[in-house]
Amino acid sequence: MHDILEKSGFNPDANYKVVGTSPIKHDGYDKVTGRAKFSADAFAPGMLVGKVLRSPHPHAIVKSIDTSKAEKLPGVKAVITREDFPEKKAGTGAGDMTRIAMAREKVYWEGHPVAAVAATSERIAKKALKLIEVDYEVLPFVIDEVEAMQPGAPILHDYLRTKGATGADADKPTNIVERSVLKQGDIEKGFAEADVVIERSFDSKPMHQGYIELQSCIANTSDDGQVDLWCCTQAPWVYRDRLTAIMDIDSSKIKIQQSELGGGFGGKTTFYIEPLAVALSRKAKAAVKMTMTRAEVLKGTGPVSGTHAKIKIGAKKDGTIVAAQSELSFQTGPYTGSAFVNAQQAIWTRYDIANVETLCYEVVSNRPKVASFRAPCVPQIIFGAEAVITELAQAIGMDELDFRLKNAVAKGHTTIYGQKFDEIGLIETIEAAKNCDHYKSPVPEGQGRGIACGFWFNRGGETTGTMSLAPDGTVNIILGTADVAGSRMSMAMMAAEEFGIPVDRVRATLADTNALGFNRVTAGSRTTFSSGMVVVNNARQIIGELCSRAAKMWKVPEEGVIFEDGFCRPASSNVGDFEPMSMKEISSKTTYTMGAISAHSEMNVTGAGPGFAVHIVDTEVDKETGFVAVKRYTIVEDAGKMISPIQVEGQLQGAAVQAIGWALNEEYIYGADGRLQNAGFLDYRMPVASDVPMIDTVIVEVPNPKHPYGLRGVGEVPLTPGPAAIGNAIANAIGVRPTSLPMSPPKLLALMKSAKA
Amino acid sequence: MSKKYHVSLTVNGDEYECLAEPQMTLLDVLRDELKLTGTKEGCATGDCGACSVMVDGRLTCSCLVLAPEAEGRSVETIEGMAKDGELHPLQQKFLEMNGLQCGICTPGILVAAKALLDRKPDADEMEIRYWLAGNLCRCTGYDKIIRAVMAAGEEMKGA
Repeated sequence: MHDILEKSGFNPDANYKVVGTSPIKHDGYDKVTGRAKFSADAFAPGMLVGKVLRSPHPHAIVKSIDTSKAEKLPGVKAVITREDFPEKKAGTGAGDMTRIAMAREKVYWEGHPVAAVAATSERIAKKALKLIEVDYEVLPFVIDEVEAMQPGAPILHDYLRTKGATGADADKPTNIVERSVLKQGDIEKGFAEADVVIERSFDSKPMHQGYIELQSCIANTSDDGQVDLWCCTQAPWVYRDRLTAIMDIDSSKIKIQQSELGGGFGGKTTFYIEPLAVALSRKAKAAVKMTMTRAEVLKGTGPVSGTHAKIKIGAKKDGTIVAAQSELSFQTGPYTGSAFVNAQQAIWTRYDIANVETLCYEVVSNRPKVASFRAPCVPQIIFGAEAVITELAQAIGMDELDFRLKNAVAKGHTTIYGQKFDEIGLIETIEAAKNCDHYKSPVPEGQGRGIACGFWFNRGGETTGTMSLAPDGTVNIILGTADVAGSRMSMAMMAAEEFGIPVDRVRATLADTNALGFNRVTAGSRTTFSSGMVVVNNARQIIGELCSRAAKMWKVPEEGVIFEDGFCRPASSNVGDFEPMSMKEISSKTTYTMGAISAHSEMNVTGAGPGFAVHIVDTEVDKETGFVAVKRYTIVEDAGKMISPIQVEGQLQGAAVQAIGWALNEEYIYGADGRLQNAGFLDYRMPVASDVPMIDTVIVEVPNPKHPYGLRGVGEVPLTPGPAAIGNAIANAIGVRPTSLPMSPPKLLALMKSAKA
Repeated sequence: MSKKYHVSLTVNGDEYECLAEPQMTLLDVLRDELKLTGTKEGCATGDCGACSVMVDGRLTCSCLVLAPEAEGRSVETIEGMAKDGELHPLQQKFLEMNGLQCGICTPGILVAAKALLDRKPDADEMEIRYWLAGNLCRCTGYDKIIRAVMAAGEEMKGA
């Protein structure tokens, strides 16, 4: 255990020079000039182009694949199919991973890869795909998870049995991966105490993470089996270890270098084309570049889980919530991994409710395997949860924020999943919402205002990094965690603060997987927190070393030297009369002391501080068309202590607009043939600049004392209450409750029509 | 072997020549032939604006222009925006005001915003929002982009 995890040294009264300012981020310059190198911006000598053949069917047995004609096409250097990947048992982690990358016995969704080609040009590769003959036995399919749960639904995997099922069904083939109950108290007794009970059903459709950077990679496999992989990823080490798991390649022979990441939001936490590129490169004995098209990204990579939710909640007249019961189902695509437990745990985390029961089903169906998206599974469930919270407050006749405040959790509360909250800022956040200009302003005529409160755990986990001092006294940081939006700069700022030097004297770069030990994925809002812990720990080690070197050079005891603002100084005049020695003076003389000064830390970081947010939204609904205009949007959130306020604001604002897209428009639309009908940005329409207003932020700072700079993760919290707040705003604007995401014009028109009837 | 077309064009004032397959786009030429990768591909269908460039002074999605159509044209890309080592006011404001997060949409947005401000430096928020409606950004929520464009316009007006 590192000392820093026990004792962070956080000082609430410190006056920081760098932390809390908003300098220009170092990676910004290359991004405004076009020099930044994203995944598709690289080229290798002798590079081939790889393309994927994807299934046109949502569910079919792959009886045979004939690649002989494609192989004979001049310019084709390799064709791969399931035969090129070692067998891994179906239903295991590696078994699922290899089958997602390349279909084996069956195809499970429209877009499932069945073969791939490497050729001397993209044109030839595409032509070769057309020459591959796949013999499919087409099977009945099921898209929606509620339908997939019904008796008689097409079964995806004969081997699948429901985890947690009991009774007669426990040993029957099923599409239900897991049945899971999380409960506390006595739910019947709770509802018996309630004066008001609200019960409603909600649903949501899958939407996509929507990163603008298409997945692209270059794999280069040498004749002795060394794999070099360049790709955009939130998880270089996870990609490496998964390549090892499905391709039986020693991890030591795989070097993954992450590119600049052009958006991920959770969607680049797992690989898709990368194992195919490695297999093609191995077979072709050449570098292979693969880049997905937008249609491939939408059809072949992770959307979020679509859901259904039945929620029942009861409160006393005085505003105490006494019971909350829900039944939730989650689409996961053809394989497990929806992370539904996040929603099961987070559905009520804002409130102290004595009696809770949350039943969850994770269900396979013929859709692309879901992937993480900011607070996986949580926003679409909070959509329903915060709707019934608002309705309860209205039924009781309490101010919505007062109602939430009355039930709010505080320090010392133990959650249903066993976490005891330390310093948290929920109450401060709700109070700041009550006091903000938006909440205090009257709702404009013809509009509706919505409020919702969200939560995310924030994570820590395995993190490594190094730091070194150059002879000129500048500092280099090597990070293992991917930088999804500016974390390199936050790291440089924390280091600069530790050393008391300008942030321009510090640079952070992203490591390849050979340079450092294992790093968990950049996800869970863990990076600035966890890598920040490593950076501060390394800086403190280096400061200790600087003092030790100065002591040696001055020939005084180590405790006689202190470090301040980039200089070693005698601790007092008793130590001796020495001129302060700069980092440069010490590091330029390391030849005469003990060699270069550097530090490394490897930690399983603990102590992440949970985050809470309140969103306030004003909407106007066109009664003729059902179109919703978001007129005003304010996010109130506890960020702990901010490292770079301008970057924190950016996280919040971006999440708000993603929430607007999810709430109002974005969804996967399937035809009766089980094929995705809107696999392009024209029909899968994300918010554009003219769709949204400025996003106001009110940032509360309740520091997390477990971190040396008091920070909390801010990547995910700000998405969690978004769709719910917009739903509540629409309900108040039109006087009827929308219960289905997205709240698109046709749905709202139908809703208004049915309310009139 | 499919026939290739000889294409000569000017990019950021420099003359280039290349051989392009008939299905190749101006975007492919810029990125794969000239290795000017600042211009990005986000959709290849003209819906995201990541590939925005100026063609003979007109804002264009380079993914929608076939390479042979670029013959004899003058193209301006993000690589030509900073002049004589000086960042354009838009680039400077994007940096100062955090108008970018991941940065993948940034070149396209800068090119598009410059096309507006060159004509109308005093464009207001709504004009900027509608002008940039062809450029998707998934990270920022547009707020800081719009503010940075307004601030750059203010500076260009004064210049």
